[in-house]
Amino acid sequence: MNVIGAIIAKRVGLGLFTLFVISLLVFFAIQLLPGDPASAILGQGATPEALASFRHELGLDQTPLIRYLAWASGLLHGDPGHSLANGRLVADLIGERLGNTVYLAAVSTAIAMPIGVALGVMATLMRGRVWDSITSTLSLVTISFPEFFIAYILVAVFSVSLGWLPAVAFAEAGQTGWQRFANVALPAITLSLTVIAYVMRMTRAALMNVMAAPYIEMAQLKGTRPFAIVVRHALPNALAPIINVVLLNLAYLIVGVVVVEVVFVYPGLGQLLVDSVSKRDLPVVQACCMIFAAVYVLLNLTADILAILSNPRLRRPRRTAA
Amino acid sequence: MTVGRVLRQAPLTAKIGLILIALNLVAVVFAPWIAPYGETQVVGDQWLPGFWDHASMPDGIYALLGTDQLGRDIFSRLVYGARNSILIALGTTALSFTVGVTTGMVAATARGVVDQIMSRIVDILMGFPTLIFALLLLAVLGSSIPVLIGVIALLDATRVFRLSRALGMDLEAQDYVELARLRGERIGWIVLHEILPNATGPLAAEFGLRFCFVFLFIATLSFLGLGIQPPMADWGSMVRENASAISFGILTPLFPAAAIAILTVAVNLVVDWFIRFTGDAHHGR
Repeated sequence: MNVIGAIIAKRVGLGLFTLFVISLLVFFAIQLLPGDPASAILGQGATPEALASFRHELGLDQTPLIRYLAWASGLLHGDPGHSLANGRLVADLIGERLGNTVYLAAVSTAIAMPIGVALGVMATLMRGRVWDSITSTLSLVTISFPEFFIAYILVAVFSVSLGWLPAVAFAEAGQTGWQRFANVALPAITLSLTVIAYVMRMTRAALMNVMAAPYIEMAQLKGTRPFAIVVRHALPNALAPIINVVLLNLAYLIVGVVVVEVVFVYPGLGQLLVDSVSKRDLPVVQACCMIFAAVYVLLNLTADILAILSNPRLRRPRRTAA
Repeated sequence: MTVGRVLRQAPLTAKIGLILIALNLVAVVFAPWIAPYGETQVVGDQWLPGFWDHASMPDGIYALLGTDQLGRDIFSRLVYGARNSILIALGTTALSFTVGVTTGMVAATARGVVDQIMSRIVDILMGFPTLIFALLLLAVLGSSIPVLIGVIALLDATRVFRLSRALGMDLEAQDYVELARLRGERIGWIVLHEILPNATGPLAAEFGLRFCFVFLFIATLSFLGLGIQPPMADWGSMVRENASAISFGILTPLFPAAAIAILTVAVNLVVDWFIRFTGDAHHGR
């Protein structure tokens, strides 16, 4: 048990270190600009007052170390400064939208995971038959499509032709639970399709791996029905890689969410990030990047820890390559 | 086996992929001769219908796929867009490969501290979602084509580094490399003449996959308005510019989006076949 604890503690430490280095990159990226960042970003026409307030807001009038420490402690206390574009508190801007993004990601996950795993099981049961090749080709095609293509096809069909669902996903206070769900239906389906494709392929690959094991042949020789073999014998042993894929796909949702929120004009964190990048509103960009990065690191960390817990072979400390 | 025979024996999906890629390359090379109108030439009103409603097209204009939000011919813009989108993505992939393979080979042959430092840097860069990193750098540097190519190539090179480092480590342990070493060849010579020629298969497949990734990535950034800037014709930006048409039931944004999707699917199909084909060849089947 102590060995596992030590490995996990080491992995958590590595995650925190990665996050620390990322925060350095996010904060000091502005130093990449040649010359004075304030005039490079605000342009030639900026007034001296604007330049001075920009420098002060980004703390460019202080030494880098103090600037970084002030920013990092602000971030940890939930106060990452003011927006350059409208002077509002970054925390307020993010607070409104974070919940919306989490809701969209949660709905997409709830749709995609069961369907993806079920399709993977079905493909394994039907391996080598027409259904298997159809789903595997379709999933490859879905993965290679850009999200906005899938999104606009869905809009063209479900909101323009059929008029069933809204093409623009508003999120307003006072919506009932059902209204809120109907609003995010199209963005959530768009995100789900890609995730389903990945999860299906990975579930199938993981199951096929297990299906080659001798105990599966034993079950077949006993005359166990194919469904029971796949679900009762193979699936439990393929769960570890599947959980891993599920978590890594949640990490993919971070990227997908940015595009899908822009397509559906959904007021989430992704749209805020894109808007702020085009306005070069650095305090907001930095805060959004840190949130996305933290979620990404956390998901990867969870995937690693679950893999260690579920696979005894990973519990032994890894020998460094000679 | 001759090239012709290999191609004839390829599965249907790979043949379709090859034909689609060839059509795109024709558009890239011969754009000005294929496009009936200029890249930024206004030919009529906003969002005129195309061949499906020929009767309502004004006299003297033939916009095969209709016109865009400024009245420019969509078909011509798609053809020029192929040139811009594909060439920029190819350039970026080439740069990413140059950086990734060089650093990967240095890490694989130098080993020790150099390898440790390079690998840890790559680990950290990969611990950050690519899109988020790219957005951060674009916010700081502003979007222009050189910045776009540089940023994406740098982020993508991390993946190429991982693969070529692994390949290099693997091949470095082969007898013929040992032999070359004992002959007293310099390490650069060994990499160029012994290691790289034996890594061409996996690297070629990876090039196809990286191209897809880079191409989709640039299209996504352009779609978000942070990539290739107007008035240059580019498929991702064309989707963005015409996006509002979809709520009127006008399908214009689907054409450039489909063009992006078709090219990535085509490259994926060919790479899929290539991996299986070279895999089979290795196993002597």
